[in-house]
Amino acid sequence: MDFGPHLLLATLEGAVTAAILALTAMGLSIVFGVMRVVNVAHGEFYMLGAVIAWFIATSLGAHPAIGFVAALLLAPLAVGAIAAVSDRLILSRIDYDPERTIVATIGLLYIIQQATLMTFGPDARPVEPPFNHRIALPWVEWGDGGLALYWPWGLSITSYKLFIIGAAAVVLTGIWLVMTRTRFGLIMRATQQDREMAMVFGVPVDRTFAYVFGLGAGLAAIGAVLVVPVQQAHYLMGHDPLLLSFIVVIIGGLGSLPGTVIAAILIGMTDGIISVFFSPTLAKIIATLAVAMVLVFRPQGLMGKASR
Amino acid sequence: MTDRAKSYTLHVGIVVLLAVLFFVLPAYHVGNLARIMVLAVYAIGYNLLFGYTGLLSLGHALFFAAGMYGFGMSIHLWGTPTALALVLGGLSGLVVAGIVGFLALRTRDVAFMIVTLMFAQAGYLTILYFGPTTRGDEGFVVSDAGRTLFGLDLSDEATRYWAALVLLATALLGTAALVKSRLGRALIAVRENEERAQMLGYDTTRLKYIAVVLSGTLSAVAGAAYAILFGYVGGTFATVQYSIFPLLWVLLGGAGTTIGPLIGVIFMFYLIDISSGFTDAYMFIAGVALLILCLFAPQGIAGEIRRRGLKWLP
Repeated sequence: MDFGPHLLLATLEGAVTAAILALTAMGLSIVFGVMRVVNVAHGEFYMLGAVIAWFIATSLGAHPAIGFVAALLLAPLAVGAIAAVSDRLILSRIDYDPERTIVATIGLLYIIQQATLMTFGPDARPVEPPFNHRIALPWVEWGDGGLALYWPWGLSITSYKLFIIGAAAVVLTGIWLVMTRTRFGLIMRATQQDREMAMVFGVPVDRTFAYVFGLGAGLAAIGAVLVVPVQQAHYLMGHDPLLLSFIVVIIGGLGSLPGTVIAAILIGMTDGIISVFFSPTLAKIIATLAVAMVLVFRPQGLMGKASR
Repeated sequence: MTDRAKSYTLHVGIVVLLAVLFFVLPAYHVGNLARIMVLAVYAIGYNLLFGYTGLLSLGHALFFAAGMYGFGMSIHLWGTPTALALVLGGLSGLVVAGIVGFLALRTRDVAFMIVTLMFAQAGYLTILYFGPTTRGDEGFVVSDAGRTLFGLDLSDEATRYWAALVLLATALLGTAALVKSRLGRALIAVRENEERAQMLGYDTTRLKYIAVVLSGTLSAVAGAAYAILFGYVGGTFATVQYSIFPLLWVLLGGAGTTIGPLIGVIFMFYLIDISSGFTDAYMFIAGVALLILCLFAPQGIAGEIRRRGLKWLP
């Protein structure tokens, strides 16, 4: 393949990564923004989403599309409920102290991971995509007879991958509408700005926290359900999304939801594009150092406000 | 007894106790303790930055690995004499910490966490990238000549134990003296309230830099010691896992206490060792234990002891 089509392919693959990453990181970003805690177990909620999706899809045993839709609706709810319960049982009792929350969520990480290993097993298992057509993409080239369209071999994407990008966009728009247009969004923003003042105005802060923690985990689960048809469910799959989401949230600027989306697109796309052209390890080294340098010279992130 | 005398007695007492344990414990636990003591030095190094200066780093595996590889590679590639290789291990930690500290200290709080994490990740990937030389994840075994220091064969069980004890004693007594010194108190002032320390005329940036370099170098020394005592150098020690471990050890044992890191390592080590004896799901038990400690001993084990009576615990 020539450079052009190759780049297009890399961009498309990058866009899929970016879409999933945006969803997962958005969950982490909302939790961080509103509750001011670092949730180390976020990647495990992502993994749980994928694993529960597999359980739902296989136990239904119907047409893949039915199983998938059921998983897309139920898995995030289940994961959100688990997260909300763990918030009530654990995080609320340690007063959301930043350092203790890190230890507690590491504990949660071990528990969820091990519980999954004991029930789901160490194998990677796929969920069948609801639809999966290969779409060949054309490329324009200046040939003998002027501009001509042709279909380079290997330049294609599946309809399901396009669906991932679309679905992520829909969910993110939904989140934005919830944050800006609904009462729950107002309550979340009030809690984010000033927890005590919100409490004075009658905002049930502790209940809000449980919902927010559930919402964050649920978003990670949606990302995971969308990704299982292309990448199998495995009990250790939460590791990379956790690290990447962290980076995205910080690079985007703490508490800035648009920043999170922009950073997710930026990092997801670059990850996709560089890894096509360079050796993956070297690409990762460069990307990692670049991220570190962005923070070193702009500690508040891309869209964050500088601290006084 | 004054507080200073009490603290001195405590630390010397711990060293003596560890020396006595060598003669009392069965061989299996003696082997475990040697490993625990080296890891405790790593935890002590981490505690210097996290517990006393209040900077949460998620990238200490980089320093640990810098020491390990600085030592291991110089022996592996050039057959450097062991003593010199050890110095090189410590030095590479010093240099790496110097660079990372210079850059990462421009950030604070969560951004500092992420920047250190990123640098450590880049370090780990670099080890993988130069796989043909470093042997990447697989790692390599340190040659017998490399494990002989001043005529002592450090692969021998007993020699190894005493070497680890000497190292731990130095680190333990060293930090105990450090935290009572002017520098140590200034570091604690930075942790408690950086603005106030600044207003009192302390150059807090410089203090934090010193803390990063000290902590990184001590972690590197622990890494080099691990390589020489256990004869193995591998990429696993540079992973995020090994950055999270010292944080856990220190938080469990008691951040900002001199004996906390040692207690934390012993606790985690035996928690996993014992629970893996009767179930495969030992990580599950470790997770539950973390939650319980977090709920009921928020200051860690040593912190809880300090809160409940021994107020003088340094």
